[in-house]
Amino acid sequence: MSVLEIRDLHVSVETEQGSKPILRGVDLTIKKGETHAIMGPNGSGKSTLAYTIAGHPKYTVDSGSITLDGVDVLAMSVDERARAGLFLAMQYPVEIPGVTVTNFLRTAKTAIDGEAPPIRHWIKDVKNSMKDLRMDATFAERNVNEGFSGGEKKRHEILQMELLKPTFAVLDETDSGLDVDALKIVSEGVNRAKENTNLGVLLITHYTRILRYIKPDFVHVFVDGRIAEQGGPELADRLENEGYDRFLVGEATTA
Amino acid sequence: MTISAPEATPTKLEQTGQLGYKKHTDGGWGVVPIQTRSDRFRSTDVADFPALTGREAVWKLTPIDRISDLIDGELDGGEYAYSATAVDGVDIRWVDRDDTRIGTAGTPEERGSANAWTRFEKALAVTVSGEEAKTVRIDRSQFGIAPRAAHVLIEAKPFSSALVILENTGSARLSENVEILVGDGADLTVVTVQQWDDEAAHLASHFTVVGRDARIKHVVVTLGGSVVRINPSTHLNSSGGEVEALGLYFADAGQHLEQQVYVNHDAPHTRSRVTYKGALQGEGARTVWIGDVLIRQTATATDSYEQNRNLVLTDGTRADSIPNLEIETGDIAGAGHASATGRFDDEQLFYLQARGIKEEEARRLVVRGFLTEIVQQIGDADLQARLEVAIEEELSGTSLTSDGR
Ligand SMILES: Nc1ncnc2c1ncn2[C@@H]1O[C@H](COP(=O)(O)OP(=O)(O)O)[C@@H](O)[C@H]1O
Ligand SMILES: [Mg+2]
Repeated sequence: MSVLEIRDLHVSVETEQGSKPILRGVDLTIKKGETHAIMGPNGSGKSTLAYTIAGHPKYTVDSGSITLDGVDVLAMSVDERARAGLFLAMQYPVEIPGVTVTNFLRTAKTAIDGEAPPIRHWIKDVKNSMKDLRMDATFAERNVNEGFSGGEKKRHEILQMELLKPTFAVLDETDSGLDVDALKIVSEGVNRAKENTNLGVLLITHYTRILRYIKPDFVHVFVDGRIAEQGGPELADRLENEGYDRFLVGEATTA
Repeated sequence: MTISAPEATPTKLEQTGQLGYKKHTDGGWGVVPIQTRSDRFRSTDVADFPALTGREAVWKLTPIDRISDLIDGELDGGEYAYSATAVDGVDIRWVDRDDTRIGTAGTPEERGSANAWTRFEKALAVTVSGEEAKTVRIDRSQFGIAPRAAHVLIEAKPFSSALVILENTGSARLSENVEILVGDGADLTVVTVQQWDDEAAHLASHFTVVGRDARIKHVVVTLGGSVVRINPSTHLNSSGGEVEALGLYFADAGQHLEQQVYVNHDAPHTRSRVTYKGALQGEGARTVWIGDVLIRQTATATDSYEQNRNLVLTDGTRADSIPNLEIETGDIAGAGHASATGRFDDEQLFYLQARGIKEEEARRLVVRGFLTEIVQQIGDADLQARLEVAIEEELSGTSLTSDGR
């Protein structure tokens, strides 16, 4: 049983004014097949956590650890992490001019598997996954994320997740900016991956609405760079009614 | 609203380009030139141009000491060997200097071009007729190492359509003028490909005049040669004329690749799009792009946009990128320019690596993608495929590891 463990993680970001601490001691354990929702206000450090797991060079780990089945993730390069089974669906996917979706997906799949996928199978898989996500076939020939709408970018992230079949996926606000139809389509994709590959999910979100479609096993409230409270799905309902104020007020009085 | 890391890297095309470039600082943005571009002195006689000092606006970024034979020396202006595909509706033959078409598309603005004009004995004339699309390929690989002058004339008769490819390989020390006459309603593509040997030097001035409602796509691809300077100018002097000027260059260590692109909007409702992209790698790799767009008082309701983007792959290179836009009328449909030179965008690399792709391969994908935009627009599948391979070879010429970060 695979497990992703984050221990007392302290992370700072390089800014023009120097190094700025953001994560202040994050502890989190995710087992394969589990879905953990991370909810928190803007600026609380959710994306920083996501990028740190993926290995973005802008973020420096000051202390703490991330391990995957006991193996040190922080010692791995970005691409090694992906090949080890970690996936990040980005909040702001990047455009790659001149690189088609088809070429990109095949290159990524080949890199992850260590060999080119059998061509006929692969074409069928891509087609089916695109159909499941209601992506037009013409998508395949477009350049990666170039001119994609917000919703198209998010579907494209989920498409990659379904095709690359990671062990753990971090979804960074995949729900934001989606209308209800797109939200359902994207959620179905995540649920399919959970069912088909027993994916472990770290679902980062600002709102509770995606939790109607993707049922979390655990909910963590993220405030000011650390987990302020955790519980089961019922915690999401509470947040829905009360918002984050309770946590933010607490912050203010202790500050 | 808080801004997370990737958002902090602006990707707005106008400002910084899709590769996260910085605007080039020594460009001539918005600077009013002393002399309007159309007022430059012109002559077909080399003796009318003074010896170069190297400080002239058109030469100051060029290593003239490496091409002094072409600018000042005797040149062999006789016929040379070429091979061409036989195509219905395309006539290729040598013509004399007194062919009435010669000199009708343009005349030299500088000494290297005038030297070629003075010395050429025969012009290679390519005459296109017939409305159906066709492709003709002219291979020139036999110039040899003696300095030469050449003159090429490409005429597209009214309403004709063709893709003309000039493929240049082998050794050469060549100065030439290429006149391109696009008849009313014609649709012509001219592609000049420079894959010269390492020692080669090539100066070319292309003069295009575009007829009423006619269209030229002009593509310059330069990969090989020591000093290669191709200066295409297009005169849009009939209403509805259109030019799409594309360029792709890849400079390796020691190579100087230059292009001075000029679009002269002289008639109403004319349209121009200029897109040049370059990559540089290796010590002393050097590129120059100067883009002049002139919109004259007579050229109302014109639409123009020019851009140059350079991707720097290693240290020790230098890319100059200088757009100039001169507008003499208040009545335009659009005019814009962009210029950017930069290194890899880390966010693009991160995205690809986060999908398991190794850094080196991610860099290749980004460069290939960057240049492919131009290749894809050539319109000849065979040439496009060969250029993809050639770019691949250029890329494997260096190990694309990160710059010590
Ligand atoms: N690259 C960066 N440069 C400067 N500040 C950053 C950068 N990335 C994040 N931050 C800051 O770190 C804090 C947390 O940001 P982020 O992780 O994006 O939060 P969230 O995803 O929860 O909205 C914010 O105050 C943000 O401004
Ligand atoms: Mg965020």
